[in-house]
Amino acid sequence: MALEISTDFSNLQYMYETTFLVTQAAEEAAYQQVAKKFEKMILERGGEIINLEHWGKRPLAYEIERNTHAFYCYIEFNAPAPLIEAMEQEYRYDESVIRYLTVKVEKHHAAFNKKRREQGFGKKKEEAKKA
Amino acid sequence: MAYNRNDKGIGPTAQNKIRSNRNAKKYCRFKRNGIKYIDYKDPDFLGKFLNDQGKILPRRITGTSLKYQRRLAVAVKRARHLALLPFVTDNVK
Repeated sequence: MALEISTDFSNLQYMYETTFLVTQAAEEAAYQQVAKKFEKMILERGGEIINLEHWGKRPLAYEIERNTHAFYCYIEFNAPAPLIEAMEQEYRYDESVIRYLTVKVEKHHAAFNKKRREQGFGKKKEEAKKA
Repeated sequence: MAYNRNDKGIGPTAQNKIRSNRNAKKYCRFKRNGIKYIDYKDPDFLGKFLNDQGKILPRRITGTSLKYQRRLAVAVKRARHLALLPFVTDNVK
């Protein structure tokens, strides 16, 4: 008697967080467009956005492709695994994206993120930058 | 003046800089403070575990436990990838 085990994991949702850097050559409006594009991509492919932060234009610790500054965008989301592959491909195709990092959120990480959201760590930093 | 065999006349080391009291026992701050996840998005915090050149300090100096030193290294490397921390530098501000 064989147990039937499903091997189709394409609908399993996992929690991820992704950060990407958009070149300083892009203006604020162009950056917003790029951010929108990825936001839409997640939503269209069965993902669900938990938190989206625009860190704004920040100085880089070192030069990347002659950029000294970059726009940072940070997204926390739930998504099926195949979306990540598609997203990273899109990052590579998009010339305005100079760096990206996608991380799967594990147990302690999830707890940390929840606390971070509630306390608004990111927001506090953003406000300090603006002031 | 009595000869002190422990006094080798060595200047301030990285160890002295971090532990102002040399006799204090080292401890893992992640264990003591119950930090279970080390965030790569906080370069100011990670900076405490780097030397002036942006290198990761060894466990024997910071006292971090092996488990968290491993996680710390991952966090620092992620932060470097996102240009939140430098790979090499002369002075971390």
